[in-house]
Parts: sequence; structure tokens; C-alpha cells
Amino acid sequence: MWFFTHVWIIPALMALSFLLILFFGKKMPKKGAEIGIVFVGAAFVLALLTAGNWIAWSDDNPEGYGPAAEGAALANVDPSCSSVAAEAAAAGEEAEHKEGKAGAGKAGENHSTKEGAVAATSAPIGESAAPLAKPAGAAEKGGYEEVATRPVVSCVNWFENGDQTISIGTLVDGQSVLLLVVVTLISLLVHVFSTDYVHGDRRYTHYFAFLSLFTASMLFFVLSENTLQMIVGWELVGVCSFALIGHWWEEKPNSDAALKAFLTNRVGDVGLLVGVIVLYFAAGKSFSIMDLNILANEGEISHTLLLIGSLCLITAVMSKSGQFILHTWLPDAMAGPTPVSALIHAATMVVAGVYMVARLYPVFFEGLSISGSSVNALSMIGAITALFGALLAFVQKDIKKVLAYSTVSQLGFMVTALGVGAWTAALFHLFTHAFFKACLFLGAGSLSHACHHSFNMVDDMGGLRKIMPKTFWTYLVATAALAGVFPLSGFWSKDEILAGTGSFPGTEGANGEYHVMLVMLLLAAFCTAAYMTRTIWYAFYGEYRGHGTPHESGPRITTPLIILASLGAVAGIVNLPAAFDFLPEGAQTRFEHYVEPVGLYFPAISHAGFNPLLAVLSVAVGLSGIGLAYLYFFKNAFAGLHGLAERNKAAAFFKNILVNKYYFDWLYTTVIVGFVKGPLARAANWFSANVIDGTVNLVGKTAVGSGNWVYKNVDQKVVDGAVNGTGSSASGFGAMLRLTQTGRIQQYAALFFAAVAILAGVFVVVIG
Amino acid sequence: MLLNQFLLLSAILFSIGVYGVIVRKNGVLVLMSIELVLNAVNINLIVFSTYWGNSGQVFALFTIAIAAAEVGVGLAIVLLIYRNQRSVDIDELDELKG
Repeated sequence: MWFFTHVWIIPALMALSFLLILFFGKKMPKKGAEIGIVFVGAAFVLALLTAGNWIAWSDDNPEGYGPAAEGAALANVDPSCSSVAAEAAAAGEEAEHKEGKAGAGKAGENHSTKEGAVAATSAPIGESAAPLAKPAGAAEKGGYEEVATRPVVSCVNWFENGDQTISIGTLVDGQSVLLLVVVTLISLLVHVFSTDYVHGDRRYTHYFAFLSLFTASMLFFVLSENTLQMIVGWELVGVCSFALIGHWWEEKPNSDAALKAFLTNRVGDVGLLVGVIVLYFAAGKSFSIMDLNILANEGEISHTLLLIGSLCLITAVMSKSGQFILHTWLPDAMAGPTPVSALIHAATMVVAGVYMVARLYPVFFEGLSISGSSVNALSMIGAITALFGALLAFVQKDIKKVLAYSTVSQLGFMVTALGVGAWTAALFHLFTHAFFKACLFLGAGSLSHACHHSFNMVDDMGGLRKIMPKTFWTYLVATAALAGVFPLSGFWSKDEILAGTGSFPGTEGANGEYHVMLVMLLLAAFCTAAYMTRTIWYAFYGEYRGHGTPHESGPRITTPLIILASLGAVAGIVNLPAAFDFLPEGAQTRFEHYVEPVGLYFPAISHAGFNPLLAVLSVAVGLSGIGLAYLYFFKNAFAGLHGLAERNKAAAFFKNILVNKYYFDWLYTTVIVGFVKGPLARAANWFSANVIDGTVNLVGKTAVGSGNWVYKNVDQKVVDGAVNGTGSSASGFGAMLRLTQTGRIQQYAALFFAAVAILAGVFVVVIG
Repeated sequence: MLLNQFLLLSAILFSIGVYGVIVRKNGVLVLMSIELVLNAVNINLIVFSTYWGNSGQVFALFTIAIAAAEVGVGLAIVLLIYRNQRSVDIDELDELKG
């Protein structure tokens, strides 16, 4: 428990690291890098310990399963954070107590119906909370008895506004613990990688400070206890990415890219704000994620409200997680240093959108009616992104842009998974993708490090296989994992997503039948395999086309690569399908067991079973992508296709569309910005010149006129008249008195005596 | 008792003095007129002291001493005026005219 209630230490450590580097970094022998590495290392260790504790905590769970247990499982939610959870916990405990009296024995799924009835009479929350009709098999996952997850929520009072108390705190469950480990691990490796990669950079200390702040922001975001806190973390992440993308801001394209990332994200942030406000009122004026999730899950919130809220939040996901049509910032964001790309644009920041959807999943699950459907906004956006992003990767010369579009495409996979109800698959793909995509990005960094900081694989690379064996092998493993080659991690996670669509014949237990998504994802998987083979060809095979002599990178670069490639290769074993019953007990679906919540605050999603045919098909698709690309690039097969774009108008047309990125940038800069700059700006200018300036001028002229009038009549006549009158009257009196001042002393004496005589006379008369 | 007569004498003497101060053009004569005024006061003091008591005589002595000093200062001023103006005509001393 200590780790769960004190988990705030982890982001706090990184924030402290940021401040220390900022204030003392320049004076340190390693310019602040050592502070960052020590702190992120400590954070990683703490995250691992938290994860270990979480596993122990989940295994050692007395709650069992059933409506009463689900309520009682919320006993670790601080009542000041979530009143709804507190009510549910109290109701659950009461129900268990009654059940104990009745001597019904330990709570278990066998008598859950009876418990539900008891709970229903005693507590309204428990009644509506208990999804009595759980789908068959939901109570049993991977052959284990399912137990209710016990999330730990703690919070402190942040500020009060009227009678509304806004708290800030941490929500610890499998999902946030997973992200804690992933973020700190990737961050640690990126820190180590960076010490070599940006060695001697002019803002080296500054760079590490922002890496720390970025990590802190992301951790703050994933631990968010309420949606308001989530917004803060979300924006902090955005600001840090702005600063890091624009790290080399002296060059115009870099600062432009930073601005583009930031401004595109602002567009989505509007959706986030509106969505959070809608959900705030929907949840009875509460920002608490627990409140919101439980109420949404119980059907206490109207479907329309949830739909509006989830559509607004999808806008936010589109900007942050680079989904069509707001994905354009992500490839441009490659202007930042490569380790930053690995950290921000592969493993952490862009998954913020995915994480947000996963965190508020009941809202989406109910709002979009994911269960039993065949299409919805979230899965459609995800599938379009997955396919169209993958197509774009084919025409990129810049190796990092290939990876950027690959990231866009893979994020599309995760979003589709969430859209079709395959929650665990999405998170699992997030987990495995973080490793191999970070490996690919860092590998690209290593390549560019060797090739004089060029990322142009078509013109400046080639034949690096022999020169850079470590980079080559790690890159190859990560590529294979991304392409979904059995048995690497990408295969397992991608296969779960494909099965989750529930479209493939013979797949059981999926939430709906998303046929379009399955087809698009399979096509995307094919493209992924093919374009990754293309990068391998350009970067590692053929003749070296750059200048100078490339060399293998140092150990500080290759070690993170090796670690990430190994993890990318083996990470799949943490969630082997439940169907693999030939494995020893406790080897399957561990990831699902520990990460996916079970309880009142999470929808009762169904899990698609493993389908051997689909698995074979997905591997075949991946291998055929690799194979065709291999033949095309390595063996120069399909000779007719080479240079087709130069000969065939239709092919040239399609290539142009891809090279111009579907004209989205053109749409934004020329059409939208052009409209704003052109007619709209002119209209605004006219309005400004005529209406606003006219008003201002009228006011000015009136003021001048009345001022003149006041000057002439009041100031000159009244005020000056009074002043002058005072002066002239004084002067007149002076002139009169002046007559007496003759200067003739005898006259004075005469007057004096006369005055004395008169006074004496008066004296005599009055006194005498 | 000759009180009335003495007071009458004193008043006549005072009036002559004042008249001299006001109308005489010669500065020395103005000083002399002032002496007349002072002596008129002296007569008054002495008369009253003989009539009611002795203390007034002391004031008369004081007045004589101060009058001597005053004459010294006054003559010095007249002498300086003469040196500057080559004249002791008071009517010409009108520098204080406003």
C-alpha cells in the first residue's frame, strides 16, 4: 500500500530533477546529464517496485468476484476523491456483511446472483452497479478465477471554488502502473542515449532539463485522479514537446515544426476542454475519473451526453495521438533531436491520447455503443489512420519520417483496438510498440550519428550493415517485431487487435463485428511490413551513398538499442493467449490479468479468443509484405514497376497524392490559412478600418470638440478669470496702498502721531 | 499744588516737539525736536513722582541716559546722510517711496 499511496514521489522526483538541472546543471561535471540519469533511474526503480507491489496486491486479493465484492474492492478509494466510489464501497461491504450473517460463505461467482439481489435491496448503487448479466466467460479469464481489481486512489485538496472542491491526487491501478514502468524505462534509456547523441550541443543542460520535465509531465498525466488534473498533465506534455521539438530553434523549419505541433494540438485541446466540461456536468459536477467511470458504466449518465463527451474527447485524441486528420504535426515533429522523437513521438507523449481513452473507457464504451456494433467513430478514425499513415511511409526519403508515419499508423492500430472494444489489446500494443518503436527511432539516431547527421536514407545512407552491426541487428529485430513476425512481440499484440475486431470467421468472444476495420488493419499490416523492408534496404544494403566514413556508434548508444530490441522481441510473452492451455499454469494472459481492471469502474468488455487461422493469416500478410518488398528492392523484381510513376499518369497521380501527404498540409496552409489570411483578413481589416476605427475616431473627435469647448469657455473664462481677477484685484489694492508709501519719513511720523492721538482719544473715551 | 501747570507745560513742550519733528526739513532740528518730546515725558515723570511717590524719578534718569545715546546714534546717522547726499534735508530722503 505504501507504494500506491506514495506514488506521487515518482513524478515529483522528475520535477525535482528538472529544477536541479536548471539551477545547478551547468556547474556539474557532466553538465546536468548525471542528475537526470540518477533521478530517472531512481524513478524507474520505484516504478518497478510499484509494479511488483501491484502484482502482489492483485494476487493477494480477498475480495473475490461478484457485485458485492466489486463494491468492496473500491474500499481503497479515498472518499474525498470520489463520493460515488465511496458509496459503492460502503454498499458492497454492507452486502458482504449480510452475506456473512446468512452463512453463505465466501463471495464467489457461483452465488453472485444471490448477492446481487441482496445488494440490490440494500443499496441503490450496488443495484445499478451490478451487471448481473455478465457475458459468459467474463468471470473467468485465462482459466483463472477473476477477481475485482482494487484501485488505490488518494488525493489532496487542490483548491476550492464556492462549494466545489477540486482535488489533485493519484489513481493507481494496472493501467497507470504499466505506463509508469514504460515511461520511466524509455526515458532512462533515452537519457543514456542522449549523453552521446547530443554531446557538445549548445543547449546540452537545457535539453536534459526538458527531458526531465517531460517525463515528470507524462507521469503526472498517467497518475491523474481527475480529468482536470489530466488536462494539466496533457498541456504540460504539449509544452515540453514544443520545447524539445524546437530544441534547435535557430533554424526556421525546426521552430516552425514546434509551432505546428503546438498549434495543431491546440485544435484538439478545444475538444478536450469541451469534452471534460460536458462530462463534468454529466457526472454530477465531479471531475473525478472514478465518479465518471462508475456512473457511465452503470448507465446513470444519458447516452447522448456520453456520445457528445466521447466525440469531443476523440478530437483531442486525434490531435495528441496523431490520428487523421490532425496527424500532420507528427511527421514534422521529427525536427527535434532523435532521442526526443523516440521519447515523445514513439513511446510516451503520443500515447497520451490512447491512454486517455483507455482511462475513461466506460464513457467511450457506452457513448459509442461499442459492444455489439460494427462501426463507430473511434474505430473508423483509427483504421483510416492505420492504413493511410502506412501508405504515406512509402514515399518518404527521411528515415525518421518513415518511422513517424509508422507511429501514426501504429497509433491507429491502438485507437482501432479501443474502438472495437479490445481494451487490453490496445494497451498491450502500446506496451510492445513502445519498445520496438523506441528502438527503431534510436536506431535511426545511431545511423544519422554515423552519417553526419543526415536522415536521408535514400541519398546519404546505404551499405551500413557491415559497418554498424549492432545497429543493424537491433534495427532488424525491431523491424520484424513491428511487421508482426512470429514470435516477436508485435505479432502477439497485433494479433490480439485483429482478433478483437471480431470480424474473422471463427473468432469468439469479441464485442462486435468490425469487418471494415479488420480489412483495413490487415492492409495496414501488409504496408507496414513492406515499408519497413524498404528502409532496411535503403539504410543497410547496397552501396554507401553518403560522404565521409561511417562508423559504429559508442556503447552509450548501442546499449539502449540492445536492451530495447531484446524487450521488443520477448515482450509478447507477457500476454500469451488463454487458448495456449498446453503452457504451464499462470503463463497465459498475465498482462490482461494485472492491467485490465475488473469492477464497477470498468465496462464488462468481452475478450476475443485466439484464432489460429487469423494468426496464420496475419503472419502471412506480414511475411508477404516483407517478401514482396524484398523482391522489389533486393532482387530488383517486378522491373516493370520501377520508375512507373515517371511513365504512367495514373501511377504518377497516386504518387503525387502520397508525396503531398494527401494534400492535408496544403489544405491547412493554403485553403484554411489562406482563407483566413485572404478574404477573412481583408474583411476583418475593412471592419477594423471602417467600423472600429470609425467608432474610435468619432469618440476621439467628440473628445477633442468638447475639450476645445471646455478650454474656451470654462478654462479661459471661468478658471483663468478667477485667477486673473484675484491677481488684478490684489494689484489694484496694491496700487492704492502704494500712494501711502511716499518715502517721506515726516509724513509717516505725522500719520503715526495722528494715529496715536486718535487711539489715545478712543482710549480715554472707552476706559475713562 | 502746581500739578496742572506742570502737566500743561509738559503738554506744550510735547506738542512743540511733535510739530518740530513733522515740519522741520533739517535733520538736526528733527533730532532736537525729539529731545523736546523726551524732556516733556521727563517732566511728566518727575511731576507724578513728586506728587505720588519717588519711583518715577528713576525712569527720568533712564530716559536722560537713553536720550543721550539716541542723540549719539541719531547724529551719526545725520552725519552719514550728509556725507552721501551733501545735504541734511529730510524731504530729499525718499528712497523708500513705493
